[in-house]
Amino acid sequence: MARIDLDLAHAYRANPRSDDDYALLPLRMSFEDGGAYALLGPSGCGKTTLLNIVSGLLKPSQGTVSFDGRDVTALTPQARNIAQVFQFPVIYDTMTVEDNLAFPLRNRGVSPDKIRARVGRIAEMLELSGQLRQRAAGLSADAKQKISLGRGLVREDVSAVLFDEPLTVIDPHLKWQLRRKLKQIHHELKLTLIYVTHDQVEALTFADQIVVMTRGRAVQVGHAAALFERPQHRFVGHFIGSPGMNFLPGRVHPEGVLEVAGQSVRLPQGLAHEPLAALRDFTLGVRPEYLTLDAPGADGVLDATVTQVQDLGTYWLLTASLGEQVMKARLPAQAEPPAVGQHIGLRVLNPHTCYYGADDQLIAAATASTKETLP
Amino acid sequence: MTPVNQKAWFLVLPVIICVAFSAILPLMTVVNYSVQDIISPERRVFVGVEWFASVMRDEELHGALLRQLGFSLAVLLVEIPLGIALALSMPAQGWKASAVLVMVALSLLIPWNVVGTIWQIYGRADIGLLGAGLQALGIDYSYTGNATDAWLTVLVMDVWHWTPLVALLCFAGLRSIPDAYYQAARIDGASKLAVFRFIQLPKMRGVLMIAVLLRFMDSFMIYTEPFVLTGGGPGNATTFLSQYLTQKAVGQFDLGPAAAFSLIYFLIILLLCFILYNWMQSLGQQEATEAAHG
Repeated sequence: MARIDLDLAHAYRANPRSDDDYALLPLRMSFEDGGAYALLGPSGCGKTTLLNIVSGLLKPSQGTVSFDGRDVTALTPQARNIAQVFQFPVIYDTMTVEDNLAFPLRNRGVSPDKIRARVGRIAEMLELSGQLRQRAAGLSADAKQKISLGRGLVREDVSAVLFDEPLTVIDPHLKWQLRRKLKQIHHELKLTLIYVTHDQVEALTFADQIVVMTRGRAVQVGHAAALFERPQHRFVGHFIGSPGMNFLPGRVHPEGVLEVAGQSVRLPQGLAHEPLAALRDFTLGVRPEYLTLDAPGADGVLDATVTQVQDLGTYWLLTASLGEQVMKARLPAQAEPPAVGQHIGLRVLNPHTCYYGADDQLIAAATASTKETLP
Repeated sequence: MTPVNQKAWFLVLPVIICVAFSAILPLMTVVNYSVQDIISPERRVFVGVEWFASVMRDEELHGALLRQLGFSLAVLLVEIPLGIALALSMPAQGWKASAVLVMVALSLLIPWNVVGTIWQIYGRADIGLLGAGLQALGIDYSYTGNATDAWLTVLVMDVWHWTPLVALLCFAGLRSIPDAYYQAARIDGASKLAVFRFIQLPKMRGVLMIAVLLRFMDSFMIYTEPFVLTGGGPGNATTFLSQYLTQKAVGQFDLGPAAAFSLIYFLIILLLCFILYNWMQSLGQQEATEAAHG
């Protein structure tokens, strides 16, 4: 077990010039010992590259990887003592389930008694005990993936266990089970786990800390609530949540008046405004969950026209247009939704609203304030 | 009885005609010869299984069959491991891989009789690079005089000619192994030998089976190269089955015994292929059950 520090960048081609040449832009990151982390991002964002650099399958083109302060950049996966589980099940066809699980231990010369005990324990955790003597090649895809997971978890002294979208090939109902299992195993074994996925539900349920990545950049590290409440980057707002955050162009006028999506709107009572005063152009972000209907014309409320109302069972998904802009709002199931074509007021300025600058970074977030709102 | 439309038979007629002309009729001609004594085109006598009986008792045939089995076995024992080793050492990607592939495949493009001619010259003690070279080293090498030398020369020639085929098949098998297997093996701390034993060899089982069958059948029917190189000599040291068959059918024009011989030859190949195939198939399962009980 180890604390992992990264300070590196990686490009697959030699002599990278522009940012596009990098698979991973320069980043600095730490994984605490014993933590459960998720690397979350769309395909091609560099998360697998980052994982392979941590495991040592890939050497970063610049920078260093250190475990517990020791530089391991040049070391092999074996020397780093890393375990890794891949997207598709990798099993040794000619071996039994038991031999498969024991393989990493045997290669390291662990004593047979210890191997038997350890394999027995892992097999029990993964519910493979009944199949230990079976040949691995004849099993179903999810049993095979369980074996791969087992091989990743069987060594107790590993620095970290890395998962590269390990549940892709698994049936949805088994996915839940295995994810719970992994979480449970994390509690029992206290290993450092790093989990790569493009599925936000998977990341949010599995990890304590989530690293959101896009286009070779780690844009935010935090736990689920922070990613949801205060996305540090527009991409995080857009990627996390279903549907993602609504964004509207805005501009600050003097006298505490904002222009949002072409409409002038006053900051409502009890909402801090100081950070905004320094701004001119910004992008306003508000989650569909935090949009509420209100009387048109009130402070912090924008006029909109309902274009679509969908019943999604547990909530109403309302789509409304504000000129050229489109917003989505989640209304509780018991609410009476407005009809299509109706003019409504959407409260976009509320304590959950975030403001982003031209570089897509969060510059200010509304906070409930007791001060006078307007000068 | 319900009326049955028999016209559907016309649909399979083309296939029946094709198969009849390409396989059944030629085979039946041979069967026809094998049970008759053809004295002249007008005079023929039905002799039953007499030719088969006499062919089975033929000492020379026994000798040729043994030589043939020994040769095919040697071919498999040398070419399969060598082909695997070659495939493992070939570069996997880039222009080097293409260049090596072309170079390896070159010998496969040479016609059989040319291969024979090349080696005939190559092995000559007076002007051949190999023959003269060995002579210069003080080894008394002569494929025309020494039976062992002749047999070895034919074997080395076949290895030179056909190992690339095994290598290409194995190379294709190796390339089809996903990278994740090698990565997992590195993570699991597997040695190179373990990677070969537990990943590469099992994943090559399919192509290896094809390679073994192809090389077995081909080497069992070898004719042109020894015919050109040694003509079956010295004595009958390199007279393999098809050579002996040709001597009988073309040389002596004993069509009856030659036909009976052909049929037996065909059945031997069929039987051995059947045994080989089933043995290799069961190898995988056996390994599994052994592992399960052991």
